[in-house]
Amino acid sequence: MTLADLWFWIIAVSFTIYFFLEGFDFGVDLLRPLLARNERERKAMIGTIGPFWDGNEVWVILAAGTIFATFPLWYGALLTGIYPIFALILLALIGRGVAFEFRSQIDRPGWRVFWDVTSFVGSLIPAFFWGVVMANLVRGLPIGTAGKFQGSLRDYFDLFSLLGGAATLLLFMLHGATFLLLRLHKGDELHARARQAALFWGFLATVATLAFVYLGYVREGLFQNFGLASWLFPVAAAITLGSIWVALTRKWDGLAFLASGLTVAFSTLTVFLGLFPRVLPSTLGQQFDLTVQNAASQPYTLRLMTIVGVIFLPLIIGYQVWNYYVFRQRVRVDAGRLEEGY
Amino acid sequence: MDALGFTALDLSRFQFATTNIFHFFFVPFTVGLAITIAVFQTLAYARQSQLYEDLTKFFGHLFLINFAVGVVTGIVQEFQFGMNWAGFSNFVGNIFGVPLALEVLMAFFLESTFLGLWWFGRDRLPKWANLASIWLVAVGSTISAFWIIIANAWMQHPVGFEVVNGQALMTSFWAVMTNPKGWSWFFHIWFAGLTIAAFFVLGVSAYHLRRGERTVRTHTPRPQQTPLTTRGPQHNAQGLRQAGDDQAGRQQHASERGHFLAAMKVGLVIAAIGTFGVIAVGHLQGQSARRDQPMKFAAFEAIWDTTTGQTPESLIALPSNREGRNLFNLEIPYVGSILAYNRPTGGVTGLHDLQKEYQAKYGPGNYIPPVWPVYWAFRIMVGCGLLMLGMVVWGLWLWRKGRLTGAPLYLTGLLFMPLIPHIANFSGFITTEMGRQPWIVQGQLLTANAVSPLAPGVVLVSLVSFWIVYLLLIGLDVFLLTRTATAGLHRPDVEAEGLPAPRYDGGEA
Repeated sequence: MTLADLWFWIIAVSFTIYFFLEGFDFGVDLLRPLLARNERERKAMIGTIGPFWDGNEVWVILAAGTIFATFPLWYGALLTGIYPIFALILLALIGRGVAFEFRSQIDRPGWRVFWDVTSFVGSLIPAFFWGVVMANLVRGLPIGTAGKFQGSLRDYFDLFSLLGGAATLLLFMLHGATFLLLRLHKGDELHARARQAALFWGFLATVATLAFVYLGYVREGLFQNFGLASWLFPVAAAITLGSIWVALTRKWDGLAFLASGLTVAFSTLTVFLGLFPRVLPSTLGQQFDLTVQNAASQPYTLRLMTIVGVIFLPLIIGYQVWNYYVFRQRVRVDAGRLEEGY
Repeated sequence: MDALGFTALDLSRFQFATTNIFHFFFVPFTVGLAITIAVFQTLAYARQSQLYEDLTKFFGHLFLINFAVGVVTGIVQEFQFGMNWAGFSNFVGNIFGVPLALEVLMAFFLESTFLGLWWFGRDRLPKWANLASIWLVAVGSTISAFWIIIANAWMQHPVGFEVVNGQALMTSFWAVMTNPKGWSWFFHIWFAGLTIAAFFVLGVSAYHLRRGERTVRTHTPRPQQTPLTTRGPQHNAQGLRQAGDDQAGRQQHASERGHFLAAMKVGLVIAAIGTFGVIAVGHLQGQSARRDQPMKFAAFEAIWDTTTGQTPESLIALPSNREGRNLFNLEIPYVGSILAYNRPTGGVTGLHDLQKEYQAKYGPGNYIPPVWPVYWAFRIMVGCGLLMLGMVVWGLWLWRKGRLTGAPLYLTGLLFMPLIPHIANFSGFITTEMGRQPWIVQGQLLTANAVSPLAPGVVLVSLVSFWIVYLLLIGLDVFLLTRTATAGLHRPDVEAEGLPAPRYDGGEA
C-alpha cells in the first residue's frame, strides 16, 4: 500500500467516524421536536449531546483538511463541483453551532423556539445532504482535464442521490434514537419514546438504505470493483441493520447502539470501497477520473502528514474517548438543574 | 458571464474577504479571552479565591458565546479554499494544506473536546483537571492561530518550495514552519488577541465600576418547585434552579466592586503585555515588509516615487491609483527612514519603479495594489495601537496612585475601548491582505488565476446567504455579549439559565 492509498483510507475512516459520531447528534436534534414534550425533556435531550457534539464535528473538518493536504485536486474538484450543496451544509452547521449556545442565553419561550427550529433545520440539511454528497461521489461529477469541474448546477439531484440523502437522514435518526437509549435515564418516559422512535425510524431507514444499495448496484455499479471479500461490507451492514430489530425488541440498548453505529460505518466504508482506487470518477470519461495516484500530493507531503497523523490521531482518539467516559452517566429529565449546550 | 456585472472572481474575492474578516473579529478575541480566563482560574486555584472563581465563571460565560461564533465561521474558511479557489488549492495544496491539517490535528480537537470538559466537567473533574482543561483550550487556540498564520505567511512570503508542472511542491517543511514572516505575524496577532480580550475585560469592568457601589443585591425568594410547561408566565428561570443550590430567600451579599477592580488589574497587566508586544512586533513587521514585499510597503506609505537619502513619513495623504500620485500629502521628514531602518536616512523604492521591475520580471500587468485603502487602513491600525498604549500607560499610572476606581474620565474612556483593538485588527487585515494584491501567492500565483470555474450567479447567491447569516451572527453576538456583560456577576437568571452543570443519573454527580 502506498502512502497515497493510506491517506485515502484515513480520509475514509475520518468520514466514517464523523458520520458515526455526528450522526447521532444530528439524530438527537432531529428527534427532539418529535419526542420532547416540554422544556425539561428538550433540555435533557440537548444534554445528552451537549459535551460531545463540538468534538464530533471536528472530524469532518479533519476529513476536509486532510483531503486538501493529501489530494488537492480532489479537494478543488469536489468542493467546486457541488458548491451549492456545501454552501448549504455550511450555512446549516453555522446555525446549528450557535443554536446550542445561544438558546440558553435568554429565558424566553419564543427565543428558545427560534433556536430549536434553527438547530433542527441545521441538522436536517446536513443529515440529508451528506447523503447526496456521498451519492454524487459514487456517481461522479463532470470533471475534465486537470481536475477542472466542467459541469453546471444541474443534475446533482436524481432518484439515486435523493435516496442517498433519505438513507443518511433516516439512518441518523435511528442512530440518534439508539444513542438516546444509552444516554437517558431508563425510568424516564422519554426513554420509552426513544425506543418507539428507534423502531419506527429504523424501519424507514432500512427501506431507504436497501433501496439506495439496490439502485447503486443496478444503476451506478456501486459494487462493480468489489472483490468477493469486499462484499462483506454491504452484507455486514445489512446484518447489523437486521440485528437492531432484535436488540430493540429485547431491550439490549448497548447492542442497538452498536448495531446502528456499525450500519452507519459500513455504509460509509462501502461508498469509499466502491470508489477506490478512484477518488472522484468523471462522468465525462474514464480518462478524466481522479484517482488516488493522479490526485495525490507529492511523496514528501504525504510522508510528513503520515508522521503527524501517527502522533496525533491516537492522542485525539484517546482524549475523545476519555471525554465520553467522563460524561458517561445517563441524563435525567426530572432533575432540578438541567444541562445546556454551548 | 456575470451576475449584476460582477464576475465569479469579484464575487469570490468579496465573499472570501468578508467571511474571513468576520471570522477574524472572533478568533483573536477567543485566543486572548481563553488565556485571560485561564489566568483568572489559575488565580482562583492558587489562592483558593471565590472572587476569581466568580470572575472565571462570568467571563467564561462570555467566552462561550463568542467561541461558538468563532468556530462556526472557521469551518466556512476551510471549505472555501476548495469551493471558491480550486486553482489555488491545486497550486498550493501540497504545502498550504499541511499547516491547515496540522491545525485541525493539533488544535481543533483539543479546543472543542476540552472546552466541553472544562464547562460541563466543573463538578465532575478534580479542580486541577478542570484548570488544565481551560489551559488546553487556550493552548489549542494559540496553536490554531500559529498554523493558520504560518499558512498565510507562506502565501505572502513563499519559502521552501519549487514549482513543477504548475504545482508548488514542498522542498522543506522546516523552511515553511520557520518562515520568519509567519513567526512575526503570529506574535503580532497573538498579542493583538491579548489586547482585544484585555480591553474587553477592562471595558466590562469599567462599566460596572462606573455604576458605583451596588454591593448588596437581593435575590428574591423563589419557589422550590415551579411547574414547568412549554409556555406561560409561570415558566421562568427560577423554576429551573436546583433546590437547595442557593437557599431560597437568603440574601446574597456580593461585592461586585471588589470583583471588577480585581478584573481590571488583571486586564491592565494583560493589556500592557499585549499592547507593548503588538507595537514592538508590528514595527519589526513593517521592516520585513520593506525587504520582502516592497510593493506592499510602498503602499503603506503611499510612496510613488523612489526616495533617496531621507524618506519622509506621510501623515495625511490622498493617494490615487488612477493618477499614480498623491493628490495631497502632508509629510514629516526623516521619520519614514527611522521607521523603515531605525536610522534617519535610507531610501525606499517607490510604486512606479516597483511596477516596472515587476513587469520586467512577471510580464505585463498591473502590480500596484489599491493604495488608498492600504495607506489608510495602515494609519488607522497604528493610530488604534497608540491609543491603546496611551490608555494602558494612563491606567498603570492610576493604579500606582491607587486611584484606579476613582477616575471617572478614565473609566468612561474604557467603555469605548473594547471596540478599538477590533478596529485595529480589521485595519491590519485590510492592510496586509489588500497590500499584497494582485497576488494570492506572492510572485507565484495571481488571485485571478486561483478562482474556481463557477457561475457568478451561484457565487452571488452564496455570498448573499453568508452575508445575511454572518450579519445576524455579529448582531446576536454583540447583543448577547452586551446583555450578559452588563448584567453583572449575580443576576439570577444568568446564573440559573446560563449553562449550569449537567445533572446525571445518581452516583458521583
